[in-house]
Amino acid sequence: MSIDPATLTIASALEGLAKKEFTSVELTEACIEAMQAAKPLNAMITETPDKAREMAKASDARRAKGEAGLLDGIPLAIKDLFCTEGVLTTAASHILDGFHPTYESTATANLWKAGAVMLGKLNLDEFAMGSSNETSYYGPVINPWRGKNGEKLVPGGSSGGSAAAVAAGFALGVTGTDTGGSIRQPAALCGITGIKPTYGRVSRWGIVAFASSLDQAGPMTRTVRDSALMLQAMAGFDPKDSTSVDLPVPDYLANLEGGVKGLRIGIPREYRMDGMDREIEALWEQGKAWLKEAGAEIVDIHLPHTHYALPAYYIVAPAEASSNLARYDGVRYGLRVPGKDLIEMYENTRGEGFGREVQRRIMIGTYVLSAGYYDAYYTKAQKVRTLIKKDFEQAFQRVDAILTPTAPNAAFPLGAKTDDPVTMYLNDVFTVPVNLAGLPGLSVPAGLNGDGLPLGLQLIGKPFDEAMLLRVGRTLEKAANFTARPQAWWRQ
Amino acid sequence: MAEKDYIQGATGPWEVVIGMEVHAQVTSKAKLFSGAATAFGAEPNHQVSLVDAAMPGMLPVINRYCVEQAVRTGLGLKAQINLHSVFDRKNYFYADLPQGYQISQYKQPIVGAGKLILDMPDGSTREIGITRLHLEQDAGKSLHDQSPRESFIDLNRSGVALMEIVSEPDMRNAEEAGLYLKKLRTILRYLGTCDGNMEEGSMRADVNVSVRRPGEPFGTRCEIKNVNSVRFVQQAIEYEARRQIEILEDGGKIDQETRLFDTSKGITRSMRSKEEAHDYRYFPDPDLLPLELDPAWVEQIRKSLPELPDEKKARFIEKLGLSPYDASVLVAEKESADFYEAVAKGRDGKLCANWVITEYFGALNKSGKSMAEFTITPEKLGGLIDLIADNTISNRLAKDVFALMVETGKDAATIVEEKGMKQVTDTGAIEKVIDEVMAANADKVAEYRAGKEKLFGFFVGQTMKASGGKANPAAVNELLKKKLAG
Amino acid sequence: MSLDRTAVAKIAKLARLKMEPERLDAMTSELNRILSFVEELQAVNTENVEPMTSVMPMKLRMRDDVVTDGGNAEAVLKNAPQRQGDFYTVPKVVE
Repeated sequence: MSIDPATLTIASALEGLAKKEFTSVELTEACIEAMQAAKPLNAMITETPDKAREMAKASDARRAKGEAGLLDGIPLAIKDLFCTEGVLTTAASHILDGFHPTYESTATANLWKAGAVMLGKLNLDEFAMGSSNETSYYGPVINPWRGKNGEKLVPGGSSGGSAAAVAAGFALGVTGTDTGGSIRQPAALCGITGIKPTYGRVSRWGIVAFASSLDQAGPMTRTVRDSALMLQAMAGFDPKDSTSVDLPVPDYLANLEGGVKGLRIGIPREYRMDGMDREIEALWEQGKAWLKEAGAEIVDIHLPHTHYALPAYYIVAPAEASSNLARYDGVRYGLRVPGKDLIEMYENTRGEGFGREVQRRIMIGTYVLSAGYYDAYYTKAQKVRTLIKKDFEQAFQRVDAILTPTAPNAAFPLGAKTDDPVTMYLNDVFTVPVNLAGLPGLSVPAGLNGDGLPLGLQLIGKPFDEAMLLRVGRTLEKAANFTARPQAWWRQ
Repeated sequence: MAEKDYIQGATGPWEVVIGMEVHAQVTSKAKLFSGAATAFGAEPNHQVSLVDAAMPGMLPVINRYCVEQAVRTGLGLKAQINLHSVFDRKNYFYADLPQGYQISQYKQPIVGAGKLILDMPDGSTREIGITRLHLEQDAGKSLHDQSPRESFIDLNRSGVALMEIVSEPDMRNAEEAGLYLKKLRTILRYLGTCDGNMEEGSMRADVNVSVRRPGEPFGTRCEIKNVNSVRFVQQAIEYEARRQIEILEDGGKIDQETRLFDTSKGITRSMRSKEEAHDYRYFPDPDLLPLELDPAWVEQIRKSLPELPDEKKARFIEKLGLSPYDASVLVAEKESADFYEAVAKGRDGKLCANWVITEYFGALNKSGKSMAEFTITPEKLGGLIDLIADNTISNRLAKDVFALMVETGKDAATIVEEKGMKQVTDTGAIEKVIDEVMAANADKVAEYRAGKEKLFGFFVGQTMKASGGKANPAAVNELLKKKLAG
Repeated sequence: MSLDRTAVAKIAKLARLKMEPERLDAMTSELNRILSFVEELQAVNTENVEPMTSVMPMKLRMRDDVVTDGGNAEAVLKNAPQRQGDFYTVPKVVE
């Protein structure tokens, strides 16, 4: 039979596999075909069709023996920030040229343990630093959604390849990572669902670090149910990560259809910013109305330090990154550009190996940690972070979840925001506070703007209350009934 | 400070000020933040985990035992244990520093202020302040002499747990610095937290040296890095102090810098690779959380501490009647103290101390063996001392017996029996010998009786000789006095 | 606070990034743009506020002192751009 993966969800594909409507080998073959047809999107850095076929075959054998796991036979693609054993891992950076890890990240190992199949490695912003996937050494990713006049748009970032793969329909689910919005913002810009779990929920072991205190991996899928399924497999305590939380992972599907009756949903007034996009504002109002209609109580809340989240983030994240990226020195792996002595070798390697945005962030991070500036910048930012977290703690005494827009705008044309770094940073204005507070955040596609481009709504939850987020997200998803798909122009 | 400690320069006296940062490798099976082994002497890069090689995405997880060892050391140094401490990243680039940062403790170390008592050779003591102790990772090793154009990097040491023990600038000469290092090593060995093996690099010292005119504020200091023996520490200080004094007396000024001790030339020189101004950009390691210690755990560690050298020394002085000097010699190594205590059990403490320190240590050194290998056990030495105590043999003769014990491995009683060395205490027999000696030296007897009393020693010697050394010296003395008196 | 070209060159040196002169100019203005953006933070009253050290209230977990890793030199050397036997190699360092 012919399978169109773009019409499937993980849940429906699992059903098809269970009912023997198709095998994983057939499903995987269809995904490989679709992936290869989608090359114009530049969503992949490395395709691993042979590995995928092998894994699919093994999956079919497991299923035949009645040993199928939670995600058995489901073809997924992996953001190229996750180290995958024996498979080129680049972080979309020149500096990791030729790097083949001898190890597998805990998060992806968990997916393979659940039976999933790997299609390959997804493009991203270099070292996950960016909001448009234009900083990749391997070139920008193109959003499957096009502008009114057919102009090429960015998919958002940093998990731009991830979002594009799901939106284009060649992967049923993908992994993303989110340091300041890198799962949620591209999910919104590509019309898909993505969840950033609570900090500590998914192990960071084996994921190339950007900013250790903010990084969190999560799934990106077509539906809320699919995100719940994938998160179920990815999450869990990992003794190899000191920041991994030793808490049982609840059954995320158990109460997914539980609805929002009696729940209190907070609307932070500080998120209504001056000059806010009218369509975004309208969608937010619509979201409120949907939840209210479904029986939730809408509560006006106050997150007074919201305005300072972005500046605090652009100190903390680069500071950590400047240190995390010091290991890329041309000695043990990746690129080495020769020099007359050790220092020159370092400078040549790093000067050539890192792209502009990464260099900017290393420079800012180095500066804010340096003697004489540390307290004014880094300590100050960490204090502000404490205040931002307190804001949320106070709000969550009154509400079960918070509803906001995911991004301040829809997908924008390539190159539109590359001239000024700060303009690009503003894309994360609604998502960054969530990372600073370590909270879970979910983006659900909720509608199209006047140009026919998808927009997302964000739900923010209490620590480790992903189940609640998914439940509210499912209600929103049902109400929004977002069924629009981009035209497969790349196949022409 | 006593004036004898000043160095006389061309223009007057100078005082040397010394502080030390000692890096002591924690005795543990695995590394501080990874599960790789720490054993000395492995093949290059064979004790390296992905974490130690700083592979992308690798994360540190702390070794509980290393934390325990740091706490134990802190308690041994009578220091404050900080129940809340923080691991920071110290950022700098170096070929053998794979992460591009060292995980260390900067503002909030696990151990705060403590003290260390120096046992001076004259029996007095001197207190040196301990500023702090913190846990950190060791770096790997660069080998510069394997190839003309390249340095080779071995990461086996990368990530090994170190305790950095920082002293106050309380030392005033090379001797004190040497004593400090030795005493610190003794304490670490008693505690079992570091093997103190300087040849294998388990203990290294960074020595801070400055000079000043007596009474003036501290001068600019130079740090001499990675000195790996007590002797080198002392030589480095002597050289460095002279160097600084010469510069100052010539009207120059000291540059604060890192220097290297060249062991072959006995000089310190500026380290080229460290010349560049450092900005370590310390910040709390976001891969680790603050370290919180359970006070009950700390208490449990405190209760498990062994008796430490200072307490042992005090007990030896108080309960066993030893001189402070003898006591400090015996407690310098736990093994020696244990040996001594085994010998002294139920015997005269002072007599045993003399035997252990002079005869036993002397013979041990000559043998080149370790205490465990050496043929003289506490039981054997005790047996010999028992024969002295019950007058079976004289102290003098006991030395010969001891030499034979070392030589043959036999115990004292057997040797005395076999060689017929039992002491003669029978006064009749001794009187007989004395009579013979007096008869043979009638002229000397006359001189003695005429007042030349110092001849007494001569008669004792002759009598002992004639008895083959077996006559009881006390009885000889007494009987001679009587007989010579006429 | 505003950075000049010399300061930026110093930071690049500290970060071990080779920066050509023309790049240095662009970087200087970009960094100043970012710094003026984060300058807003100074307006926040943070008196008596503790800087965040861990976002989730957790204690540092400790592992047992057991050798569980290492012993596979190839696994750590496999990706080395240059090696000599079981050593990594770098341009010669003079201490």
